[in-house]
Amino acid sequence: MSTHIEFSDVSVHYGQKRAVDRFSFKIAEHSVFAFVGPANSGKTTMLKCINRTIEFIDAAKVTGQVLLKGQDVKAIRDVYSLRRRIGMVFPLPVGLPLTVYENVAYAPRRMGVRNKAELDEIVERCLRDSVLWDEVKDRLDMLGTKLSGGQQQRLTLARALSLSPEILCLDEFSIAIDPVTTMKIEDVLMQLKEKMTIILVTNLTQQARRMADHVAFLNDSELVEWGENEAMFNRPKKEITGRYLNGEFG
Amino acid sequence: MTHPLNPFAATRYEARKARTTIMAKWGTALACLMLIAPVLWILAYIFHHAWPAFSLDYFLLNPSDKGKAGGLWGPLIGSFYLVICSLCVAVPVGVLSGIYLNEYAKENWITRAIGVGVTSLAGVPSIVHALFGLGAFVLGLLPLINRFIDDPLQRMHAGLLTASLTIAVMELPLIITSTREALSSVPKTFREACWNLGASKWQTIRTIVLPNSLGGILTGIILSVSRAAGETAPILFTGAAFSLYVPETFPEKLAPYAVSEPFLAMAYHLKIIMAEISGMPEHMKFGCAAAMILLILSVNSLSIALRMKLRNAKKW
Ligand SMILES: Nc1ncnc2c1ncn2[C@@H]1O[C@H](COP(=O)(O)OP(=O)(O)O)[C@@H](O)[C@H]1O
Ligand SMILES: [Mg+2]
Repeated sequence: MSTHIEFSDVSVHYGQKRAVDRFSFKIAEHSVFAFVGPANSGKTTMLKCINRTIEFIDAAKVTGQVLLKGQDVKAIRDVYSLRRRIGMVFPLPVGLPLTVYENVAYAPRRMGVRNKAELDEIVERCLRDSVLWDEVKDRLDMLGTKLSGGQQQRLTLARALSLSPEILCLDEFSIAIDPVTTMKIEDVLMQLKEKMTIILVTNLTQQARRMADHVAFLNDSELVEWGENEAMFNRPKKEITGRYLNGEFG
Repeated sequence: MTHPLNPFAATRYEARKARTTIMAKWGTALACLMLIAPVLWILAYIFHHAWPAFSLDYFLLNPSDKGKAGGLWGPLIGSFYLVICSLCVAVPVGVLSGIYLNEYAKENWITRAIGVGVTSLAGVPSIVHALFGLGAFVLGLLPLINRFIDDPLQRMHAGLLTASLTIAVMELPLIITSTREALSSVPKTFREACWNLGASKWQTIRTIVLPNSLGGILTGIILSVSRAAGETAPILFTGAAFSLYVPETFPEKLAPYAVSEPFLAMAYHLKIIMAEISGMPEHMKFGCAAAMILLILSVNSLSIALRMKLRNAKKW
C-alpha cells in the first residue's frame, strides 16, 4: 500500500508554547490510523496541520513538512481544494444554523452543485453513512442546531462526508454519542475504509484496538511511538505506551 | 436569637434583612418613577399644545410666512432625503469596516487602536462634527469639485451632499460598533465548521455569519438614523436653510432639492422657529416639536419590533 499522508519532522508552537514536537510518521492509503494520548498531547493541533486550518490561529507556527501523496501541503496553491479533500470532525458537535438538509448540502453547494436530484442523493447517502438518516428523514427541513448533541455530532460527520473526501479525520467523535450508535458508526467506518483513509483520534483505547490498522501514542507533545495495532498493544517498545494502552496511566 | 416560644419567628437579623429588601425595592421604584414622570409630563404638555396645529394639511403643505403658517412638508421631506443620502454613505462604509475589523483584521495593536478610535468618535459632541463637516466638505471638498466645473451657475454649494456626508460621519461609529457586536455574537465554531469544509472566509461570512447577524446590524442602523435625524448642529453650517422656495405641487414636491443646493430640515426648522422668529404662534412651535418626536419614536419602535422578531427567530 502506498503512503497517503506523511509527517516529516513537524513541530507546532503556539507563541512560546510547544504543542507538537517533531512528529514523523506515515499513514497508508485505505487504512485506519489511530492516535491515542492524554488531553493536551497535541492531537487536535496535529490534525489542523493536515488541512492547514492551523493557519487561522495567529499565534501558531508550523515547521517541518506535511506531505499528502508526496506533495507538501504548504505548496498547494488553492488551500480550499486541500480542505475539500479532507473531511474533519471535531469533538464538539456543531450544527450550522441551517436546515438538516442544507447542513449536508452546504459544501456541495459551495462547490457549485445545483442539481436537486444530485443534492438529494448526497444528503441521503451521507446521513445514512453517519447513522442519522432514520432519525431525521421526516424532518430534513428542521434546523440542524435544534437536534440533540449526539445527533448534531452525526450531522457534523455527514457534512464531513458530503464531498467524498479522500481522508476522514475524526477527533474524539464519539464523546457525545451513545455506545450503541457509536458501534453502528464504527461499522460504517470500516466500510468507508474502502473509499478513504481514516485518521481516528480517540481517548477510547478499545476503540483504537477494534478499528485501527496502526496506532500511535502521543504524550506531552511528543510522538512516543507508533506501529501496527497488534504490536502496539501487545509488544510496545516503551513501557509508558503499554501502561497507557492498557489503561494503567497516571 | 430565636424567640423562646416560637422557633420560626424572625431573628432581629432576619427582620432587618426583610426591611432593607423592602426599602431597596421601593427606593429603586421611586427612582424609576422620577425618570418616567417627567417624560410623560413633557410628552403630554407638548402634544396638548401641538394638537391645534395637527391636520392633514399641516403635514402636506410647505411652511409659509416664515413658518408662522402652512405646514411641515419641506422640512419633513428634507430630513427624509438627508437620512437616506447619509445612509447611502454610512451603511456601506460602516458595515464593511465592521466586517473587516471583526472577521479579517488580526488581533493586534492597530486593530485595537482603531476600535478605541471608533468608540471615541461616538462620544464626540455634534458641534465638533459640524465644524469638521464645514472644514472637510464645505471648505475642502466643494472647492475641489468646483475647480472642474467651468459654468459658475453649475457650481456646487453647501447642501444636501455636504450635510449628508457630515451626518454620515456621525453615524459611522454606531454602525461600525453594532456591526461588530452583531457579527461577534455568531459563534466562532460555525465559522470553523465552514472553513473545515473548504469554504473561504467570504463564503462563510456571506452564507452563515451575515444572515445571522443582519438583525443586529439593522437595529444599529435604525438607531443611528433616529439619532442623526434629530441633530441640528451638524447641518447648521453644512447646508440646511430656513427660508427656501419649495414646489407646492406633485410630483416636483416629492424631490424638491438638488444635492448641491441648500434644503429644509426638521431639526433646523424647529431651532429657527423656536429661537429666531418673533410672533411665532405657540401651536406651530409645539406642532413641529411633536412631529419630530413622532418621527423618532416611530423609527425607534421599528427597531424594537425588529429586535423582538429576531429574538423569536433565533436559530441556536
Ligand atoms: N489556539 C491555541 N492557542 C494556544 N495554545 C493552544 C491552542 N490550541 C491548543 N493549545 C495548546 O496546545 C497543546 C495541545 O493542544 P491540543 O492539540 O488541543 O491537544 P489535544 O487535542 O491532544 O487535547 C495544549 O497544551 C493546548 O493548551
Ligand atoms: Mg483535542
